[in-house]
Parts: sequence; C-alpha cells; structure tokens
Amino acid sequence: MAVRDHADVSATSGGIRTHTNYLGWLESVHPAYWLLAILLLFMPAFAGSFWLFQVWGWAFILGTIALSLMFLAGYGGMVSLVQMTIAGLAGYMVAILGASGVSGISMGWPQWVAVPIAIVVAAIFGTLVGALAVRTRGIYTIMITLAVAAGFFYLTRQNYTIFNGYTGFGGIQPPHLFGVNMRQPVHFYYLSLACAVLSFLAVVYVSRSPFGLALQGIRDNPRRMAALGYNVTAHRIAAYTFASVIAAVGGILLTWQNAQIAPASVGIGPVIDILIIAIVGGIGHPIGAFIGAFIYVILRLFSPDMLMALGLPGDRFRTLIGLGFLLIVFWSPDGVLGLWQQLKERMRDNAGFTGLGGAGER
Amino acid sequence: MNVSVAERLHATGTGSALELRGVTRMFGALAALVDVTMTIEPGERRAVLGSNGAGKTTLFNCITGDFFSTSGTVRLFGEDVTHFPAHERIRRGLRRTYQISLLFTGLTVLDNVYLAVRGVSRGRFSLIRPRRSEALMQSAVELIEAVHLTDVRDTKVSELAYGQQRQLEIALALAGAPRLILFDEPAAGLSPTERSELVEILTNMPRHIGYIIIEHDMDVALRVAERVSMMHNGRIFKEGLPEEIESDPEVQELYLGGGHG
Ligand SMILES: Nc1ncnc2c1ncn2[C@@H]1O[C@H](COP(=O)(O)OP(=O)(O)O)[C@@H](O)[C@H]1O
Ligand SMILES: [Mg+2]
Repeated sequence: MAVRDHADVSATSGGIRTHTNYLGWLESVHPAYWLLAILLLFMPAFAGSFWLFQVWGWAFILGTIALSLMFLAGYGGMVSLVQMTIAGLAGYMVAILGASGVSGISMGWPQWVAVPIAIVVAAIFGTLVGALAVRTRGIYTIMITLAVAAGFFYLTRQNYTIFNGYTGFGGIQPPHLFGVNMRQPVHFYYLSLACAVLSFLAVVYVSRSPFGLALQGIRDNPRRMAALGYNVTAHRIAAYTFASVIAAVGGILLTWQNAQIAPASVGIGPVIDILIIAIVGGIGHPIGAFIGAFIYVILRLFSPDMLMALGLPGDRFRTLIGLGFLLIVFWSPDGVLGLWQQLKERMRDNAGFTGLGGAGER
Repeated sequence: MNVSVAERLHATGTGSALELRGVTRMFGALAALVDVTMTIEPGERRAVLGSNGAGKTTLFNCITGDFFSTSGTVRLFGEDVTHFPAHERIRRGLRRTYQISLLFTGLTVLDNVYLAVRGVSRGRFSLIRPRRSEALMQSAVELIEAVHLTDVRDTKVSELAYGQQRQLEIALALAGAPRLILFDEPAAGLSPTERSELVEILTNMPRHIGYIIIEHDMDVALRVAERVSMMHNGRIFKEGLPEEIESDPEVQELYLGGGHG
C-alpha cells in the first residue's frame, strides 16, 4: 500500500491483486503504515481528551466522509458534492428514528435498529442521486450534486414535521456498545478509529476487486469498457451506492460526536469543506482523505488562536483554510500526497538511485 | 423487448449473424453512412474496403452501438438490437477492435485481458478479488498465449511495442465466446512479419466465429476474407468474391488504381 499520487488505473489500484499468499500481502504493507498503526493504537496513552475526541475523532469522521468522495472521484472520475448531504441524511435518520431531545419527532427506537436503517436510507438516497448524476460529466456532475445538496439543506431548514427545521435535533443519545457509553473520549476515539480503518480497508480492497477495476477502467475509457460488455451507467451508480454507505457511517459518527444535527451541518460550507479535504489530501490514494481531514481539523481548531495572536479576527479561519487550499493546489494538483511524492523523487534523484524507496515499495 | 427463451433460440438458429437494413448515420449535415444494407451469415468472413472517409469505421460504430444509427435497423443473430446499448450487443457475442488502440495503458497485459474476459461473464460487480486459479484468470492466460504475448504478460501496456498493442487489441476481442468480430484495420502500421502473424491468427480462428475486417492492404484482405464489400461516400456500392472485386473496372478506378490509401 505504498502511497502514490498518480491517478491512472495501475497506480491507484495496483491492478488485479490475486490473494494467494497472505504473508506476502502483509510484507507488502509499507512500513510507514505499521508505524502509524502503532501510534494510533496507543494514542490514548499519551493524548488528552481534547486531542482524542476533538482532533482525532473529528479527523477520522471527516476523513471517512471525504474517503467516500475520494472513491468516487479517484476511482470513478466523478466529483460528487453530495457526500456531506448523504452523511447528514444518515445523521438525521439516527436522530429521527433513535432518541433525541426532540421527543415529539424522534421515535426512540434502539440504536441497533436505527443505525442500519439510517445507513440503508442514506444508501438509497445516494444511489438515486447517483442515477441522476452519472449521465453528466465533469462540471455538470458538480453542479447537479451541488444542487441536490443545496436542496436538502433548505428542506431541512424549512421542514418542521420531519427535520425539525432551523433548530434540528439536539440531545441525541450517545452510542452504546455492550452497555458502554461510546461518547467518552477514549471510547469514541477507538470507535471512530475503527470505522475509519474499516472504511479505508474496504476501499483499498474493493479498488482491486473486479468491480473496482471495472470502475477505474470506466473512468479511463468508458467507450472501451462498454465494448467489453460492461454497463457503464450501472457501474457508476453502484459506485455511488458503495460511497454512500461509507459517507453514512461518517455522518452517524458526526451526529454522535456533536450529540446534535441541524441544517448547519449539511449547509454549503460543510459540503465544500469535504471537497477541500479530499483535494488537499490528494484523491490519488485513500489515505489522502485522512491526511486532508487532519490538516483541516488542525486549522479549524487552532487557527482562531493563531489569527488572534496576529491581531486578526479569530473567525476568519475560512480565509486561512481557503488560502491553504489555494497554495497546496497551486503547488501540487495531487494534494499533500503529490507533494510527498515530489519530495521523494527529488531525494531519490539526489541520492543517485540508491534505493531510498523503502522496503515496501513495489 | 421481452423475448422468450424459445423465441430467442429459434431466432438464433435461423437468423443471419448480422443484418443491416437501410442503416444511415448523419453527423450534422454530413451523411457518413447512407442506406447501408448488408447481411453476414454465421461464420462468414467479410472484408470491407474503401478509401479514407468512406464510412467504414462509422459502419462498425453503428453495428456495435458505439454510436446509434440515425435510421435503419440492426439485427444480431436474428434479434433486433437497433436500440440496444453497446454492452448488450457485446454480451450477445459481438466483439470489436479499434482502429486506434483503446487499451488500458496503465494496466498490465494480463489485467487488460482479464477485464475483457470478465466483461462478458458474470460477476462484473464482484467485490471479491480474483484468484490466480480462477477459471477466468486461466482463460485470460490462454488468450494471451493465442496472440503470442505470453512473454510480456505482466508488462504494462504503455511499455509495449506498437505491434504488440495491436495484438492485445485482438486478444480483447477474442474474450469470452465471440460469434462475430469486427476488426478495424488491424494490420495498419504492422511490419511484414507481424502482418503474416496476424493473417495466421485470423485464419486459425475457429470456423464458427465470423468476422468483418476493414483492411487497406489488398493482400491481407483477400487472404483472410471470403467475400468483399466495397464502400464509397457512405454507401456499399459493390459486393462479391475477392476475384470479382479485384477485376471489377469500377473498383479498379475508384480504389485500386488511383487514390490508394
Ligand atoms: N464522431 C464523428 N463526428 C463527426 N464526423 C465524423 C465522426 N466520425 C466520423 N465522421 C465523419 O464521417 C466520415 C466517415 O468516417 P469514417 O467512418 O471514420 O471513415 P473510414 O473509417 O472509412 O476512414 C468522415 O467524413 C468523417 O469525418
Ligand atoms: Mg476508419
């Protein structure tokens, strides 16, 4: 799983991977991933509640939602602005079906019922949006999905019977697993980490399955894929379904983390933020979504202090994020992953091809 | 379009491999294909000749569904496929190659062929990674052998020589159980040795597989085809045995004599 930035089929998928040898697969994992895994696993030993819950928890959640966009954009060539909306719908479903402070609407069903239904509803919604969007390309896909996102935002704000309008839902019951309140920082850290890792592995695995490979073939050459017997439209729609499930997981976690969901959570701001996260991290590889999310969260949480230290208004964090976005995209269209790749190549050139690539390089 | 299995079997048993009736294709005001009527019997091998811009590639595009015809009907193995999308026609045993290779250049030869084999079988949406021992993987390996690409099986397509890429185009068209293959200038740009290899691949194909081949090189075309159709300005103006076509004065004038190529 070496980090790569190229966006052609081979680089993003490694092609068809046959799994005959699991030890071989383990060996092929880049050492950096082992280091990261150990670091993340033992994080609660040295990080405080704020870092576990606010920083890492949030980064895992936003990374998961951005990952769903990375899957569509990186493997499918479809830039969807509706991922945050799908996530938000799943969050709303948990609030409506489960227990919240708005007892007039919330149905109070147990979580093990509400959560699966929320994911299914979000997946159906995402599939329908996909069916609408896949007939368009490029800028038109962006416009259609943005229109759906805007429509959903206004719907939640104006509809009081289902979405409780402007106020949305507060006091949402925290997640419980085996009777344990999973919203406690350490628990929530592990819950969001587990969801992020599972989503990540699912995307990596599926990218090299026949479905994932076909999706990338369609991205590169839809006409040839049709001439090989593939239903291009159906594959694209199925990609939306798969991405919706991942976005829904992120959306439910986000709702639990905030213990609330409101129209502001699915406004145009958050919708665009997901795009920025995915692009800043780099859509050439699934890990980019999480890198982008971590950078975003750090900027969001710490830029007000930094700005105020400079004598500027603290609420200008969006300006800062926008500037960072511009700088990164200007220097590297492949995001931070692309920067890293450029750096590595420069180092390799300087070292005269002495094999600085690392053992995990394939 | 709900045809019963019995009806379909009946149609398949009696129908021609391909039947075009009055197929016309307009590009704006330009008529690239004008009222083309053509019948190919199962297992038949046909060459289509004609100067550049005659409409040969457009003819292929209308047969496969890459483009829809503006008017006329297309029947494949007795079934009306005029309004079927490309992938539905491919799944009925139609295959094609492209004049300008359309390959997945970032993938290896094996992965390209695997995609082709998978495209005409079940499990296109499978989320399970394939195994080396899988039947589809095996047939991909065999196809690669059939087009003499075993040595470069795990090489990225972008690193292949031109001739090898043309051979890979053919391998993709042979995937699954083809019944009618459309070859669009497969010999263009090949060396004499590669040309005779191509002729060998074509003539050694199982007899039940029919094909239409677009070919500028008369020598190649006449060696691999049983019948020849001549195209000019979007029309088929002559059809016959290779000998007849070669000696036809109109053909001599239009194609073989002056404006060759
Ligand atoms: N996609 C297209 N759009 C517009 N015109 C086209 C298109 N494809 C082909 N044509 C035109 O149709 C005519 C026939 O082209 P083509 O079928 O490619 O000829 P051939 O393969 O016999 O050389 C040409 O005049 C060409 O310019
Ligand atoms: Mg042509």
